[in-house]
Amino acid sequence: MGFIIGASSVGTLIEWYDFYIFGMLATTISKQFFPEDSGTSALLSTLAIFAAGFIVRPFGALVFGRLGDLIGRKYTFLLTLVLMGGSTFAIGLVPGFQSIGWAAPILVLVLRLVQGLALGGEYGGAATYVAEHAPAHRRGFWTSWIQTTATLGLFLALGIIILIRQNQGVEKFTSEWGGWRYPFWISLLLVIVSIVIRLRMSESPMFAKVKAEGKTSTNPLKESFGHRSNFKMVLLALFGAVMGQGVVWYTGQFYAQSFIENVCKVNFIDSRNILLIAILFATPFFVVFGTLSDKIGRKWIMMLGMLLGIFSYRPIYKNFLEWTSAANKKEMVDLANTTKAPSVAAIDHKDKKKVLVSTKYDTAYTDGAKFTYTKTDTLHLVSDYAGKTASIGYIIPKKDDPLSYDTVTAKVKVATGTTLPDGVTYASVEKKSAKAGVVVEKSLDKNTFWKLVFFVFIQIIFVTMVYGPIAAFLVELFPTKIRYTSMSLPYHIGNGVFGGLVPFLGTLIVEFTKTDANPAGDPLAGLWYPIGVAALCLIIGVIYLRNKIDTDVMD
Amino acid sequence: MNAIKRFLGIIWMLLAPALVGFMFWQAAEKISKASAATKSNVTLQWVIILFIFIPICIGLLIFGYYSVKGYYDHLPESSAEITDY
Repeated sequence: MGFIIGASSVGTLIEWYDFYIFGMLATTISKQFFPEDSGTSALLSTLAIFAAGFIVRPFGALVFGRLGDLIGRKYTFLLTLVLMGGSTFAIGLVPGFQSIGWAAPILVLVLRLVQGLALGGEYGGAATYVAEHAPAHRRGFWTSWIQTTATLGLFLALGIIILIRQNQGVEKFTSEWGGWRYPFWISLLLVIVSIVIRLRMSESPMFAKVKAEGKTSTNPLKESFGHRSNFKMVLLALFGAVMGQGVVWYTGQFYAQSFIENVCKVNFIDSRNILLIAILFATPFFVVFGTLSDKIGRKWIMMLGMLLGIFSYRPIYKNFLEWTSAANKKEMVDLANTTKAPSVAAIDHKDKKKVLVSTKYDTAYTDGAKFTYTKTDTLHLVSDYAGKTASIGYIIPKKDDPLSYDTVTAKVKVATGTTLPDGVTYASVEKKSAKAGVVVEKSLDKNTFWKLVFFVFIQIIFVTMVYGPIAAFLVELFPTKIRYTSMSLPYHIGNGVFGGLVPFLGTLIVEFTKTDANPAGDPLAGLWYPIGVAALCLIIGVIYLRNKIDTDVMD
Repeated sequence: MNAIKRFLGIIWMLLAPALVGFMFWQAAEKISKASAATKSNVTLQWVIILFIFIPICIGLLIFGYYSVKGYYDHLPESSAEITDY
């Protein structure tokens, strides 16, 4: 049993790793594969491509689930592994937008779709394979090892990304052919190892028996979805369990990391370390709740996980905002004058008499946190600078003493063919308006860092409650000959569609709340999507599901 | 409990078309409000959302119908009870 679990889990873990490196690198990828300066739009487009991989997972479940019920579990999930490894490696080879234009995001989208199809076939196969080997009274325990793989795949992805980035430095890592591509290339090596291991596995004994008796399904799709008695169970699995499990999974891990990085503005390394540490401590609980489900049943553990998520998400994320807010901190040292990062000026394309000057400065706080601000001044020039040369000298006021100035010569970023007049100086500036600095990046103090770790950990505990027992729950819901197909579809709709869309829809809902009066919008609004889906699922699950463990899944 | 299941079936059958209607309303509103520069992006986002969630809402409608008809009053204890194929 140990080899079966190990061999199945390693392959599944690698597939999750392949799938998640894309999401973990979303911000970097959006800059590589989309035009510069498209900001949130590029991030949303990247999240949409990321989500596309999730959306096709149900189709992968249908294609490979059918194969698994026709030719067997073992060869089907060998095929999915090859497809996943190949497409992940290929994403790492696609040139950036600067080199091949729109062909770049289109190629990435196609490869992402192949990833999604492969993953759609993988999980159902691995969970079915392990469950069909496990003794009835230990099914929850053994399948919970497979359940750890999704989170561990995420952990592996995070760990490798952080290691490479810290070794290379930000600039090298984010360049067109920089270190962000290495995690994609490493996948090839991992997949080869996994294929070698899986080739040594034998077919599931239950499927082998069914096949030997000539009782395999001739048309698993029709039997799974074309007949009411089985289709009603597919719908029940989706609406009563997997839909809520999916949103809890992706809120607790992906949305948490995305929120901490993009909304709270915690820096790249801290935001990923928070998730990494939380995952490390929470992962054993998959096995704890899987084992517990063998004793008290699967249903109530999953329902409790959803209930806790519904009531705690908003308070937790509200606290994330408060703990990382500059308003609650006591300033210690103003580093504005010691920061050597050069100011950057950019032309205003609409009004060629305007130059926008951005200056980055750091502020340290008494608790040990350090926030980086960007202050943007608008210089109003006396004459239009179009068609002139490209250097500008200007002065900026000191933060503590606005009447004193530093003289700065900035390199000016201008579009091709648009230049600035020679020697534009302060004298040429008619008037100057200044805005307060905006925090662009935060290094957290230790106390806040560990508070964030703890509350991400709590969210992952909810994940382990809903996700630990669900493989055993799904396996017990469907008969052997159509199990791969029947359990894969609701699983991948629940996780791929409902869950996978959490970061995308969450970001989109926040965008909807932005108005001229409130340009930042309501940062917590995105949580209504997972809360709503989990609440609906909880009601259906509590009323419609039963808590009985099916001891005989041989039928 | 079976009476509650059947009653909720009506709710699911009403909720499914209501969700579809809500999504179309939101799509029309957001697309019409989008600027010329972002219109195609916003339209694509909503086409994707509608494409994904309409089949799921149809699934919810069928789930509601099955509930109303009492098909969830008794869940099968073994595969032998799944007999209509």
